[in-house]
Amino acid sequence: MSVQVITGNHAAGYALSTAGEANRNARGTACGIYPITPQTEIVEYVAKFPFSKGRVVPVESEHSAMAVSMGASMSGARAFTASSANGLAYMAENIMVTGYYRLPIVMVGVNRTLGPPWNIWADQGDTLMLRDFAWLQFYCENNQEILDTTLLAFRLAEDRRILLPVMTCMDAFIVSHTQMETSLPEQAEVDRYLPDLDLPHRMHQREARTMGGLAWPHEGLSMRLEIDEAMKRVPAVYQECRESFKEVFGRDPGDMTQTFATDDADVVLVVSGTMATTAREVVRKRRAAGEKIGLVKLKMFRPYPEAALREACQSATKLAVLDRNYAAGAGGVFWQDTRAAFQGHRDDLLIQNYLTGLCGGDVTPAVIDDILADIAVREEAGDPVWMGIDTGEETLQ
Amino acid sequence: MNATAATNLHPDECLLRPGNTNCGGCGMSIGLTMLGRALAEAGDTCTLVIPACCGIVTAGAFPTTSYAVPTIATTFASSAAVASGVASIRDINNESGQVICWAGDGGTYDIGLGTLSAAAERNENIIYICYDNEIYGNTGGQRSSATPAGARTTTTPWGKSEGKKDIMSIMAAHRIPYAATMSVAHPEDFARKMSIALSMQGMRFLLLHSPCPTGWKSEPQDSVELVRLAVASGLFPVYEVYDGATYRINIEPDGTDPAEYFRRQRRFKDDEIDLDVTRRDCADRMQLLKALAALYPRTA
Repeated sequence: MSVQVITGNHAAGYALSTAGEANRNARGTACGIYPITPQTEIVEYVAKFPFSKGRVVPVESEHSAMAVSMGASMSGARAFTASSANGLAYMAENIMVTGYYRLPIVMVGVNRTLGPPWNIWADQGDTLMLRDFAWLQFYCENNQEILDTTLLAFRLAEDRRILLPVMTCMDAFIVSHTQMETSLPEQAEVDRYLPDLDLPHRMHQREARTMGGLAWPHEGLSMRLEIDEAMKRVPAVYQECRESFKEVFGRDPGDMTQTFATDDADVVLVVSGTMATTAREVVRKRRAAGEKIGLVKLKMFRPYPEAALREACQSATKLAVLDRNYAAGAGGVFWQDTRAAFQGHRDDLLIQNYLTGLCGGDVTPAVIDDILADIAVREEAGDPVWMGIDTGEETLQ
Repeated sequence: MNATAATNLHPDECLLRPGNTNCGGCGMSIGLTMLGRALAEAGDTCTLVIPACCGIVTAGAFPTTSYAVPTIATTFASSAAVASGVASIRDINNESGQVICWAGDGGTYDIGLGTLSAAAERNENIIYICYDNEIYGNTGGQRSSATPAGARTTTTPWGKSEGKKDIMSIMAAHRIPYAATMSVAHPEDFARKMSIALSMQGMRFLLLHSPCPTGWKSEPQDSVELVRLAVASGLFPVYEVYDGATYRINIEPDGTDPAEYFRRQRRFKDDEIDLDVTRRDCADRMQLLKALAALYPRTA
């Protein structure tokens, strides 16, 4: 274990590469790579990694990057890739089939605004548009978390009770290009954490099996049901992967949902990604002033951690859900799922959506204060509120 | 870890198993049978990588399959990229067996062209076979860029105004080790070319002219005869290109008039094909190929 000052992209590239290397005594590793700002440094890191048994294939598009990784994964190798924004949109078809093929591929998504207007800064709308594709999704707030969660992602994805791909996400630039002190595990530790991959449904030259062909409705339905069952097993398996992580690396990769000062909170902020770091600091200060405010960070978004979220918000009367994304015509994505999580359980709970930090806008402590001021005086929830937009006068409603 | 010993295709075993539901007179089915025979004779086997096309419908419904070898159904544009991943893992594990893309003209000339071009440029260690029936057959007969001028399809109801894309020149321009055209009417030429392809490394591209009675509006029993006419009249030149540099014409047209080819397919309306233009185009194309073969002959 060594501590180095590195960027989020470096941390992600390190996790992907050492995970691939850890499969060198089995069928090795391969991946397709393609550049897009702000994730390019990840695939550059992978491209220069001296794999003992691996091949990095620099392809002509994101669509083919995932296709190469799919072919490698179907052959029983450990496979991964990384992308952002419009690259993810271009890759979308093969992202979708990866989930339905049940391939344990890990992808790092650096959250960047989908253009137009052309914009390279943070916005979670890119990975969130892929939310229904049978992938697990985790949103990380700093360099250590993206490294740890990406390593954990392989163990979780490859667990025979899960066998689903995992996306680990971080905000563009705020994490991807910011240097922080980060603990880098030794290869031997990664080897210990990630056992040789033995994919049960991999292609064998001696088996005349067709993978991904036609299935009639009843069989197709059964396969979807199996995905639903695997998704339901994720919370328990995640905790096992987390415990093993602590044993091997001596560090907690963090829970699926992370609470701060929620025990007796009236108002709870529901946040994700780097917004959590800022919001936690605001909550800390205002708690010191005696305000009953708490915070839940949703690290895991798919499967949606409904039970853990309800548990964390037991004392709350109001939830402020912050979304760094906008599903046009339907508000924020986290908000939609949060409302669904409480429906029929806590119909008394006021759940208000705040759209903020989109298209790379800064979510400053002042924005969080504005949100808390808005929700404090609310007697009922309304339409999603756009926050932090400088109209020259006051916040646009 | 699972055992990885490859089992070669037995000479008595059909690559395309009996009981498949392909159309009568399907050229692709003949091609698969010939491919299986070539693999068996070479003592080789393969994984098939098939994008959306009749070739994957051929497999039938889960859990049965009409293919006697492992087969991957990929997304439409991705067969050459998925095959790159499969071949990479085969090679780093020092395993045997070919990785063969089996794709229609839609997945080759159109939606998969960028993927195919990139795989060729990387000289991936795969064989790519396009069975070219000049139509989107699986979706009921729409034009592709392989559809010849004058052919009526559901999306060119008055006949296609553009000519067929010259995919061979495109692939040869990538300077891949081997690019060749084949016809289901010439099994001996098919066998020879498969034997060459199976003995080579790197990207090998094979274009198979493959009749489709359903799309061509022709009689199933005429299928082989039709593509034989295409070769004999020079409509479909049968030749090979090594390293994008040296050429050999394998079957010389024998002067057969192309009129009969058009007359026997109801996708062409007699009065809409200008046979004089067609004859001239065929002659020009053959002249060019002969010039290339004379200037840059494949001698080995």
